[in-house]
Amino acid sequence: MIERLASLFTDPNTQWILFGCMLLGLCSGVVGCFSYLRKQSLMGDTLAHAALPGICIAFMLTGTKSMLLFLIGAGISGVIATFGIGWITRYSRIKSDAAMGIILSSFFGIGIVLLTQIQHSNYGNQSGLDKFLFGQAASMIGSDVWTMMIVCGILLFVCALLFKELKLFSFDPGFARGLGYPTAVLDQLLMFFIVIAVVVGIQAVGVVLVAALLITPAVSARYWTDRLGVMVVLAGIFGAVSGALGTLLSSMVQNLPTGPLSVLSATAVFCLSVLCGPRRGVLSKYYQTARMKRRIQTDNSGQSQSIKEGAAS
Amino acid sequence: MIDFWILLTGALVASCCGILGAFLVLRKMAMIGDAISHSVLPGIVIAFMISGSRDSFAMLLGASLLGLVTVFLIQMFKQSGVQADASIGVVFTALFAVGVVLVSLNARQVDLDLDCVLYGEIAYVHWNTWSMSGVDLGPKAVWLLGFTLLVILAVLGLFYKQFKLCAFDPALAAALGIPVALFHYLLMGLVSMATVSSFESVGAILVVGLLIIPASTAYLLTDRLGRMIALSAGIGVLSTVIGYGAAVVLDASIAGCMVCAAALLFVLAFLFSPKHGLVARAARRRRLSRQQLGA
Repeated sequence: MIERLASLFTDPNTQWILFGCMLLGLCSGVVGCFSYLRKQSLMGDTLAHAALPGICIAFMLTGTKSMLLFLIGAGISGVIATFGIGWITRYSRIKSDAAMGIILSSFFGIGIVLLTQIQHSNYGNQSGLDKFLFGQAASMIGSDVWTMMIVCGILLFVCALLFKELKLFSFDPGFARGLGYPTAVLDQLLMFFIVIAVVVGIQAVGVVLVAALLITPAVSARYWTDRLGVMVVLAGIFGAVSGALGTLLSSMVQNLPTGPLSVLSATAVFCLSVLCGPRRGVLSKYYQTARMKRRIQTDNSGQSQSIKEGAAS
Repeated sequence: MIDFWILLTGALVASCCGILGAFLVLRKMAMIGDAISHSVLPGIVIAFMISGSRDSFAMLLGASLLGLVTVFLIQMFKQSGVQADASIGVVFTALFAVGVVLVSLNARQVDLDLDCVLYGEIAYVHWNTWSMSGVDLGPKAVWLLGFTLLVILAVLGLFYKQFKLCAFDPALAAALGIPVALFHYLLMGLVSMATVSSFESVGAILVVGLLIIPASTAYLLTDRLGRMIALSAGIGVLSTVIGYGAAVVLDASIAGCMVCAAALLFVLAFLFSPKHGLVARAARRRRLSRQQLGA
């Protein structure tokens, strides 16, 4: 068992995959914090589905499977999707959740039509494109991880640079606008971050489940702290740990895909946070209630004691 | 005959989803529909592993149960302080991941394909027929969907008034003594049932399209609930017909084309709806400004 683990860590292929999955978890955890605070967690899900037609079109136009091209294609279709949601909610009486559902399913429908078109026509090198739906971390190679590393590095750098602006914008967009921050630009920037995290995650986790890595670590981190800085760091760590756990588990058991296992690891971290989080966790709440009850009881008995004493005198 | 069965299946899926979708859109729970359609996957796999057959009512039951569990979990996390949409996201992705892991673990025993889970195989419905004592009774999917539609119609017909009130004003409904939570779970149970029955024919993600898009289109066209439900089902059926035609011409995924057709109809309604469309609004605004100028 330990030998096997050791061999995993020394195998260069596994190292790349492990590193890639951790990077992905880190990035999406950080981005997820902001979208959680902006109450747009499901936006990640929507944009993940909406990326599919962009990826298919990028493949159809160029015939190659390069991460950078997919990033551009997914970015364009993600931007169209966010504008679509904005238009639907602004110019009709349809609420944002239904608008997200409409955009999600129609973009995914278009994506699936394009995917079947690709499969039916004679594109060479098309095998593996359908792997994007559920992801196949094992297909990650060194060059992919390098691209991921550069993209994630830029993303994290920009996040750190604009941390103050993003923080204010996430908590109080009205105030941010009042101070003269370009809120529309910040809004689009956060959307673009989500798209980047989604595209980075698609190869490893797949379109359907990449949303989990955006949502779950952020929600788990929220259980532990009230400070955004700590929350972002914690969410990044939780994401990276889930990615690593998912990779290790899937390389130890046959036939298990990495993506869903990473998601399940993130869910396990979430359950742990729900149970043990200070102040918000279930156990801590239970303890607080018990202590409060005891205090009230002692107070009450003290009071009745003094009343009795007063009556006696 | 093949075309007929495919169209009939599509029409049944569209009417089941359209009717329920109207309530989801009105109660602002469109994304819960999405969540349920993903999270029934482990229910289907577990029921399949226990019962061993692919088209049994056990599957329907198991998956409906899991849909209710999903709604319950979402509600629980929401009450413990997690934001509504984040709790939806956490729950359905976790359950979907469980489903995918179960499918991959039992890949040899389970005759379930992940691709089919996503796209569905409406083109193959006519192969999987149900015969009783030698008489061919048509595809099983049609029977299952027909049964689901009947249940939906019966429940909605019995409690139409209550559902209507819960959809528009849950607080008033609760004040009047209607068990709002019960009707909430009843509706969610029906949604999971519809999702599971449609699962094989259109796949997990496109069910969402047929749940939400036709209902939203209908929401733009009318202000009356009864009419909205009828329109929603009608638009759903229309989009399956258009979608199937397009799929035959383009030689593409049938379910994908159906959702694209539904999206196209939505765009048309978004632009040209007589009351809520963009064009009508612009015209009304121009008329109003002209009136103001004249006065």
